[in-house]
Amino acid sequence: MTFEYAPAPESASVVNIADSYGLFINGKFVPAKGGMTFPTINPANEKVLSKVAYASKDDVDKAVAAARAAYTKVWSKLSPAERGKYLFRIARILQERAREFAVLETLNNGKPIRETRDADIPLAAAHFFYHAGWADKLEHAGVGNNPKSLGVAGQIIPWNFPLLMLSWKIAPALAAGNTVVLKPAETTPLTALFFAEVCQQADLPPGVVNILTGDGATGSHIVNHPGIDKIAFTGSTEVGKLIARSVAGTKKSLTLELGGKGANIVYEDAAIDETIEGIVNGIFFNQGHVCCAGSRLLVQESVHDEVIEKLQRRMSQIRVGDPMDKNTDMGAINSSAQLAKIRELADVGGEEGATRWDNGCELPAKGFWFRPTIFTGVTQAQRIAREEIFGPVLSVLTFRTPQEAIDKANNTPFGLSAGIWSDKGSKVLWTAKNLKAGVIWANTFNKFDPASPFGGYKESGWGREGGRHGLSAYLKGGK
Amino acid sequence: MLLVDGTESSLRAMLQALPPVDEVGAHARAAMLGTRSIKTTSKSWAIDTAISMIDLTTLEGSDTPGKVRALCNKAVRPDSTDATVPHVGAICVYNDMVAVARKHLDAIGGADIPVAAVSTAFPSGRASREVKIRDTQDALDAGATEIDMVIDRGAFLAGDIMKVFTEIVYIKELCGDRAHLKVIFETGELVTLDNVRKASFLAMAAGADFIKTSTGKISPAATPPVVLVMLEAVRDFYAQTGVKIGVKPAGGIRNTKDAIKQLVLVNETAGAQWLNPQLFRIGASALLNDLLMQRMKLRDGHYAGPNYVTLD
Repeated sequence: MTFEYAPAPESASVVNIADSYGLFINGKFVPAKGGMTFPTINPANEKVLSKVAYASKDDVDKAVAAARAAYTKVWSKLSPAERGKYLFRIARILQERAREFAVLETLNNGKPIRETRDADIPLAAAHFFYHAGWADKLEHAGVGNNPKSLGVAGQIIPWNFPLLMLSWKIAPALAAGNTVVLKPAETTPLTALFFAEVCQQADLPPGVVNILTGDGATGSHIVNHPGIDKIAFTGSTEVGKLIARSVAGTKKSLTLELGGKGANIVYEDAAIDETIEGIVNGIFFNQGHVCCAGSRLLVQESVHDEVIEKLQRRMSQIRVGDPMDKNTDMGAINSSAQLAKIRELADVGGEEGATRWDNGCELPAKGFWFRPTIFTGVTQAQRIAREEIFGPVLSVLTFRTPQEAIDKANNTPFGLSAGIWSDKGSKVLWTAKNLKAGVIWANTFNKFDPASPFGGYKESGWGREGGRHGLSAYLKGGK
Repeated sequence: MLLVDGTESSLRAMLQALPPVDEVGAHARAAMLGTRSIKTTSKSWAIDTAISMIDLTTLEGSDTPGKVRALCNKAVRPDSTDATVPHVGAICVYNDMVAVARKHLDAIGGADIPVAAVSTAFPSGRASREVKIRDTQDALDAGATEIDMVIDRGAFLAGDIMKVFTEIVYIKELCGDRAHLKVIFETGELVTLDNVRKASFLAMAAGADFIKTSTGKISPAATPPVVLVMLEAVRDFYAQTGVKIGVKPAGGIRNTKDAIKQLVLVNETAGAQWLNPQLFRIGASALLNDLLMQRMKLRDGHYAGPNYVTLD
């Protein structure tokens, strides 16, 4: 007897995607200079969803000018409580349109509808609610009395959590009194453009939020624009370094949220069954396209075989396929470029002598797909133990003592996240104290809350997002 | 392979070697599985499967031969208008109603439906060993082929696990080849998931054929996290010994949605090989009519009123 789950697809009809979208500048959708556009696709079937405008340097100039005008004339003069009202309004509209946003995000990103419905969109709304409350309480943000906004923020976000990363950027910036020019990722522009509609719906004053679609060159124009006071970037460490170089020596302030190679430490006294769930959530949530993914599993050698056996059995149940199906656990890889990168690093893992295993599931013919994969017998010297793969690939290493776990966990150029699995409270606290990572989860993984700061050490970035710490990155102490 | 040799030290060693359960994580996993969307053909399969797994139960002080016979009729033909509806898994009654149920089932073409008797001073389990043995013997003599015994929760919570273990061993011996033994934990009284895991292994090592959540007299009963932990236990016990033990959630499963959630839990925890009445039962009374109404809805495209299913 088998229990096959019949297809349970979410309906795509709740969202109307236009044939083309302009840039959102000064409260209106306008074509890019020269009318340049590029297609955006559904990575699960490679079908074109829409065409979006390609912002060049001139468009960036226009958007920055609009943001500056809105900042000086309107937004910085508005009472803090009034700013808060706009943010509350945006938060409520996001909740009201949650289903539409969830479907759109799934279509454009490839992640399963269960995740957009239960994580991405509710968290995005929560970020606006949280920061709406801050707008008139900024003197408690910890930057001193009479805190001041910075001015115009240039914000560049990645494709892994498009709307959520937008909300992490825009909500604190607006609450603190800044205006923004935001560039969504090249492959996932659509929820940002729908968010532009939300700004219109909320009657947000024109120019407070400007959204420019484009590619890396567009982002570079934003970073190098002299009219911008603050750059906030989430993305790869490689690009983060370029940005840091460009911004060095200017008056711009900078926050960077970059890559990671999170250690997920499993002690022998852990609650094994729940740990397995945590490992799966840590690396296969969002196809592993998570900067804070628990991509390095450090297992105490005494329970290694049991953990791997249970993990493989659990991985065999991961349902990979149509992201719109409500029963899908893992969706499509976001782009062919990302798929190529995952494949390359996975191949290297095999060549370097680690043992590769995947769940052998069937994959759809069209679109970009990669099976949930683990490498066992990985050691610190191998590339798959050091480089961020940003896909559903887990490297498994072992350790013998708590100190060895710490040494191996910290032996990385990154320092974004880590996980600890143990039933012993004192051991959890000792481990957390000694880990060099910005976010540490104990007996859970990938839990997010707008009140909790998020960010990294070392090559994982500068600054924090979320909570009071994240808010202060958009403020300066006043006099 | 046996996990214990019958000594207290071996029993304690086995229970101490069990990994702990993280309550938060177990609740999260059960909740996630509760979001599975079971539609159309899979819903239809799940409804029929759930019907075939029901231990149709009446355990009231007011039970009479007439009431029990009515329940037997329902068990054999749950929907008198539709012969394609499978019969239920078993009838579950008090000791003194076993003979009535057995006789009536045999008379109406339900000879293949087992009669289960609740036993060992159900529901509290507070009686001497002699009384519990006599209780079970009575049920077996009356024709019960399934014994649903309760464990001594007081002894379990007091740490007297040997008493709990030995009682199960005795009752199992009594059942022999004549009856399947289901061991009821009353998880609402054991409270923690660590206790549920310990009780599961204790009962399996003592010879239980089934492990069962609850008597139906205490709430909470068969909550998804509890059933999840029990399904993990039978899965791991099978991996260690090669023996498959059944699971029976009972109490609180009143509608089709809850029943399907239970089947999803089985499917994604112990695995599809547990999805049959030999290894999974649902103890329920009101559930059957809701399953029948949902079945009609799938068949006819609209809901029928409550008067289109029978009150028994």
